[in-house]
Amino acid sequence: MSRELTLRNAVVALMFAGLVLLPIYAHFANDRFLLALFTRIVILAMAAVSLNLVLGYGGMMSFGHAVYLGIGGYAVGILAFEGVNSGFVQWPVAIAASALFALVIGALSLRTRGVYFIMITLAFAQMAYYVVAGLARYGGDDGLTIQKRSQFVAPLNLSDKVQFYYLCLALLFGSLYLVWRLVNSRFGLAVQGARSNDMRMRAIGFPTFRYKLICFVIAGTLCGLAGALLANHSDFISPATMYWTRSGDLIIMVVLGGMGSVVGPVFGAMALLVLEEALSGITEYWQIILGPLLLLVVLFAHGGIDGLLKLASGKVRP
Amino acid sequence: MTLFIEQCLNGLQFGLLLFLLAAGLTLVFGIMDLVNLAHGSLYMIGAYFAATFAAWTGSFVIGAVLALGATLLVGMAVEVVVMRRLYGRDHLDHVLGTFGLILFFDEAVRLIWGAEGLTLPLPSWLNTSLEILPGVDYSAYKFAIIVVTIAVAAFLYVLVMRTRVGMLIRAGASNREMVSALGVNIKLLYTLVFGLGAALAGLAGLMQAPILTVQIGMGENILILAFVITVIGGIGSIRGALVAALLVGFIDTLGRSYLPDFLRLILSPNAAATAAPALSSMLIYLLMAIVLVAKPEGLFSASGK
Repeated sequence: MSRELTLRNAVVALMFAGLVLLPIYAHFANDRFLLALFTRIVILAMAAVSLNLVLGYGGMMSFGHAVYLGIGGYAVGILAFEGVNSGFVQWPVAIAASALFALVIGALSLRTRGVYFIMITLAFAQMAYYVVAGLARYGGDDGLTIQKRSQFVAPLNLSDKVQFYYLCLALLFGSLYLVWRLVNSRFGLAVQGARSNDMRMRAIGFPTFRYKLICFVIAGTLCGLAGALLANHSDFISPATMYWTRSGDLIIMVVLGGMGSVVGPVFGAMALLVLEEALSGITEYWQIILGPLLLLVVLFAHGGIDGLLKLASGKVRP
Repeated sequence: MTLFIEQCLNGLQFGLLLFLLAAGLTLVFGIMDLVNLAHGSLYMIGAYFAATFAAWTGSFVIGAVLALGATLLVGMAVEVVVMRRLYGRDHLDHVLGTFGLILFFDEAVRLIWGAEGLTLPLPSWLNTSLEILPGVDYSAYKFAIIVVTIAVAAFLYVLVMRTRVGMLIRAGASNREMVSALGVNIKLLYTLVFGLGAALAGLAGLMQAPILTVQIGMGENILILAFVITVIGGIGSIRGALVAALLVGFIDTLGRSYLPDFLRLILSPNAAATAAPALSSMLIYLLMAIVLVAKPEGLFSASGK
C-alpha cells in the first residue's frame, strides 16, 4: 500500500470512510435494511480477506473456505443451544475449532497441488457439511436458531445493531491490518515465494510445507471468527452456510475484488452483495445474469476491481 | 443374505453410475486440462431432457435417446461458446468460469421448467423385478442400469484404445501441439471429447431420473462424489475412475445400510443412532484421506500432473 495520493488510494480511503459513517446515514434515513446489508457485507468481506491470504498470496486454491464460516457459526450456535451464552467462551471455541479443522485439512490437502488441492478442499468441506446436516440434535438440515447473541461485558451489547456493526467493522479493519503486516513480513514473503516457485524456495532452505500450512491455518481461523459474527448477525446457523456454493461465492469476492491485493476482497464482497441485491430487484431469475457476468469477469477483467483502479491510477503491477 | 446380495448390487449400480460421471470429468481434465464444475449441470440437463422428451413421445426409450443427443449438443455448444476460451488458463479461472455456468444453468432450468421437480415414470416392462438368482429378486430397472453402464464402459474402452479417434484423443492428451502440427483438427477433437463427456453425464442423469426426482441442484451433490472419485483414481485415468467409482459405490451403499448395525455392537443404541448417519456420509471422504496419505497422486495417476 503506497502512501501516494492516487485515484485508487482515494477510492480506498473513501470506501473506508463510507463504511465508518454508514450507521449515521442509516440512522437519519431510518434505513434498517441498509445497516443489516452492510453488516453482512463487512462480515463476508472479512471471510474473503482471509481467503485472499490463502488464494491470492499463498496460491493455494482452496474451494472449501466457507466451511470455517460454518464451524465458527456452529461453535456459537451449539454452545448457545447448550446454555453457554458467554462470548468469552463461544468465540475462543469458534476460533480454536476452526484452527484445528484447518490444521488437519491443511496437513492432508497440502500434500497435493493444483487441481487436486481444489477438489480435496472441496470434498473435505462437503464432508463437514454432511456431518453437520446429520446432527439431529442441532437441527440437522434445518439449522439452529440462536436465541441469544453472544454475551460480553457491558457496555458491549451485540443485540444493539449499531454496536454490532462497529464491532464487525473493527474486526474487519483488524483483519486487514493483520493481512497487510503478514504479507509484508518475512513469513509472508516466504509464502509468496512458495507460490511462485515452491521447489526453489525449498532448495534455498525454506520448509515451504510448514509455511503454507501456517498460512492456511491463519486464514481458516480468521474465517472462523467471521463465522461466529455471521451466526450472531443472522441469529441462525444452518449447514447451508458451509455448502460448497458459499465457498464459490467467497472465491468470487476475492477474484472480483482483485486477488493478492489486501483491500481487494472488501471491494469484491461489496460488489457481489450489492449486485445480488440490485439484480434480484430487477428479476427473480437474477442468477441468469450473474452467471455470465462472472464468466465475463474471468475472461476479460483479470485483476478485478482493484486491478482496474490501479490501472486507472496509472500504476500497473507487472 | 438376500439383502446383502441386493445391497451389493445397489453398490455396483451406484458405482457404475458414478463412473459415467467421473469418466467424463477425467476425460475432459486429462485431455484439455480443464476443470469443469458444470459437469453436474449436464447431468441435471440430461435428466430434464429425458423427462420432457419421454412425456412428449410417450416412450421412455425414445425419450432417453433424444435426451442423450440433446445433451451432447448442449455440451458441444458450451464447449464452442465458453470452454474454448478457458483452455490454457489458470485452474482458478476454470473453477470460476464454470461456477458461473452452474448459476446460469440452474437458473435457466428454473426459468424453463419451473422450480418444482419433474418425475420420469418408468415403463411397465422395466418397473418389475427379476429373479437374478434363485430366491433373489432385484429391480429390473436397476439391473438394466448395470447392463447399460457396463456396455458403455466397454464402448469407451474400445473407443479410446482401439479406434483412430481414440488414438487421436490419447495423442492429444500427451502432446497437443504435436497432434495439431500433424494436421489433426484439434479444435474439433476437443469439441467432440467435451460433447462425449457431456453425453456420459447426461446418460447418468437420465438413468438416475426415475429413481430420484428430477430437480435443480441434483447434479451438485453427485458432482462432489465424482470429484472424490477422480482424486482417488488419479486425475486423467479412466481405469482409475472405474476402480475408484466401484470402490466408492460399494463403500457408500454398504456403509449406509450396515454401519448402524455395526455401531450398535460397540456403542449404546442411542449413540449409534446419532453417530451412524454422520459417520456413513463421512466414509468415502475418509477413504479419500487415506488414499491421499498413501498416494497423493491417486491410485492410477495418468501422468505427473
